[in-house]
Amino acid sequence: MAVAGDKDLDIPRAEPGPAPPVPRARRRPRPRLRRRTELVVLLAPALLLFVGFVLLPIVLAAWDGMHKWTGFGSLGPFAGLHNYRLVLSDPVFRQSFVHNVIIVIASILIQLPLGLGMALLLNRRIRGRAFLRTLAFAPFVLPYATTAVMWLLLLQPGGFVDQVMKLVGLGGLVQLWLANLHLVIYTMIVVLTWQFFGFAMILMLAGLQGIPGELREAAALDGASGWQATRRITLPLLGPTIRIWLFLSVVGSLQVFDQVWIMTGGGPANASSTMVTYLVQHGFQSYEFGYGSAVAVIIFLICFIFALLYQRFVLRRDTRGALTRAVG
Amino acid sequence: MRSPRKPAVVAMAAAAALALAACGSSGGGKASSSSGKVTLTWWTNATAGQLKTVWQQAATAFHAAHPNVTIQVEPLQNEAFTTKVPPALASSNPPDIYQQWGGGQEATQVPSGKVADLTRLSSGWIGEVGSSAQAWQVNGKQYGVPYDLHTVGFWYRKDLFARAGITTPPTTLAELQTDDAKLKAAHIVPIAIGSKDKWPDAFWWEYFALRLCPTATLKAAMKGVNLSAPCFTQAGNQLKSFMTTKPFQAGFLGTPAQVGAGSSAGMVANGKAAMELQGDWDPGVMAPLTSDKKLNSELGWFPFPAISGGAGSPATTLGGGDGFSCTTPATEPACAQFLQYIDSTSVQKKVVAANVGLPANPAAASALSLPALKQVLTYNHAAPYVQTYFDIAFPTSVGQALDAAIATYFAGQGSPQSVITAVSQARNQ
Repeated sequence: MAVAGDKDLDIPRAEPGPAPPVPRARRRPRPRLRRRTELVVLLAPALLLFVGFVLLPIVLAAWDGMHKWTGFGSLGPFAGLHNYRLVLSDPVFRQSFVHNVIIVIASILIQLPLGLGMALLLNRRIRGRAFLRTLAFAPFVLPYATTAVMWLLLLQPGGFVDQVMKLVGLGGLVQLWLANLHLVIYTMIVVLTWQFFGFAMILMLAGLQGIPGELREAAALDGASGWQATRRITLPLLGPTIRIWLFLSVVGSLQVFDQVWIMTGGGPANASSTMVTYLVQHGFQSYEFGYGSAVAVIIFLICFIFALLYQRFVLRRDTRGALTRAVG
Repeated sequence: MRSPRKPAVVAMAAAAALALAACGSSGGGKASSSSGKVTLTWWTNATAGQLKTVWQQAATAFHAAHPNVTIQVEPLQNEAFTTKVPPALASSNPPDIYQQWGGGQEATQVPSGKVADLTRLSSGWIGEVGSSAQAWQVNGKQYGVPYDLHTVGFWYRKDLFARAGITTPPTTLAELQTDDAKLKAAHIVPIAIGSKDKWPDAFWWEYFALRLCPTATLKAAMKGVNLSAPCFTQAGNQLKSFMTTKPFQAGFLGTPAQVGAGSSAGMVANGKAAMELQGDWDPGVMAPLTSDKKLNSELGWFPFPAISGGAGSPATTLGGGDGFSCTTPATEPACAQFLQYIDSTSVQKKVVAANVGLPANPAAASALSLPALKQVLTYNHAAPYVQTYFDIAFPTSVGQALDAAIATYFAGQGSPQSVITAVSQARNQ
């Protein structure tokens, strides 16, 4: 992890400091009944919403996935795990999963350095900083559908991108960006990077704001170069931000849909399909809601297991101390 | 993605039931045939535009002529029909008239027992519609009636054909290939196709099948949801050898059919390609994609050419259309009467003027704005057999699997056999 180095350095961590002093428990302990009523009253609405709109749908989707169901009328015949097996053995779904993994890896390898670099650059006092920040962040604010249609038009054969490449003498490198089976997924990655690196940048910028300038000053007094200060002080202190961005980026990459759907529909020949475009094709468009539910549950499990593992092994230090414990 | 679909459908069904109950009560009980007064609830997909007005006018005019019959128009979003109709047909209170596309979808609705058999009630006038009406039949019985029709064929630019020295549109596949070569020699893209959307690919594959398979084989294939007859494999093979002549634009796999000037429709509209295999609606799609004011006079139409040695009739067409079905027994006669009224010349002319498709009743042809569309209509009505788009004729899941397999085949993957296997797999899944 990016913070491995901070053990060697005797510097304060970006973790939350010691918890504020807990107010002393009241003299007269509250009666148990009252506390319980309080808990029930305060928790019930949120719990009800959570169960009704999160847990129940997941359970229902898992149950629907065990049936052959066209989505109309009552559930079809019970099929056990048949749908789940079909999904996992479908080469197109596997291909879609691989595409998602490629997108995850690419966004980490490209967006992280890009976002971080831009953040470090735009954290300095330079002329037009606010403008540049807005410019870099603008793509993220665009609706996904707008981005997709815009790039669809730019990337047409003989379109803007091709023309510009020809103008600067790169005409030989012009490709069928959206029609080449081997290239289309990487075209999508370019579009996704364009849209999302601003988000990485803005998160990193926010993280940088929280690092006291004195630390770098002190390091400079001790003779550290600019690069050393960045490498040994800024980056480690940015750890929690980077870890949160990674989490959001991976989960987002696993759920990519809009841009791909509008630009290629997952094609040609499934060369740019993702797990969610597969879900829409096989669940909604084909009216196989049982099968589609199975796909949805599998995508959910993939994201959920990743989230759990990440929380357990990576985010644990960041959330430590931020969790509320029962008091009294 | 983790949406509670089942509760959603149940909730929709409940909402639909409530809405129906409300309508029923306000109409004073629609099954009150003893008093002679009936109220028909009418689900249409015309939520906006000219057609919505046409339907409202039709309902009002019909009530004026038949004071005992009140028709309540209830426009629903097009996409809502697939989710709302099945639960409504399972309830005791379905809409009296509802949007019907025929084919496999209609066939899956008939077993609900709620869809009215209009064979007898429509026998006096359904002949005017021609063989297209068969697409709304299940086992030879008329369960729905079309109000407009669609036909797929070639839209071409006369100016580009002339520039390449082509005097008459091709009538055989061999001629089409010769013309392709002439167009290429004149540096014109012969044929545009929007493969990104998959269904345009299916038009090609299906027309090859239509020209190579006898009508009886096509009918049997639709009925049995089975493409194992050798002519379907042959269709795949012939399509492949046609594609090796590279008739389509560069990068056609990524081209959308109708979105933007770079779409296949936009290419023809802007003179970037000479022709396109598309539905009768294509001129309407092209118009906003170009500033070419002369587009309509430059556009011509010709049917999919014959394939030499093919067992299929060169006059068979691929198409579809929009229609309506009736449900409740008590309102059946009034409903059938109303559908007859909708197919009457006066209403049909308004439907045509709304630019939704070809009129189901050819007597309304004079209202067609483009001369080429009259040609399309004549061809459609003369067709010995109108094959509904395979993806509509088949159960939805099979149709989608077929479209996906054909699109994959267009991308140079899979084989003629893989298209056929995709259908049998989807059928058995």
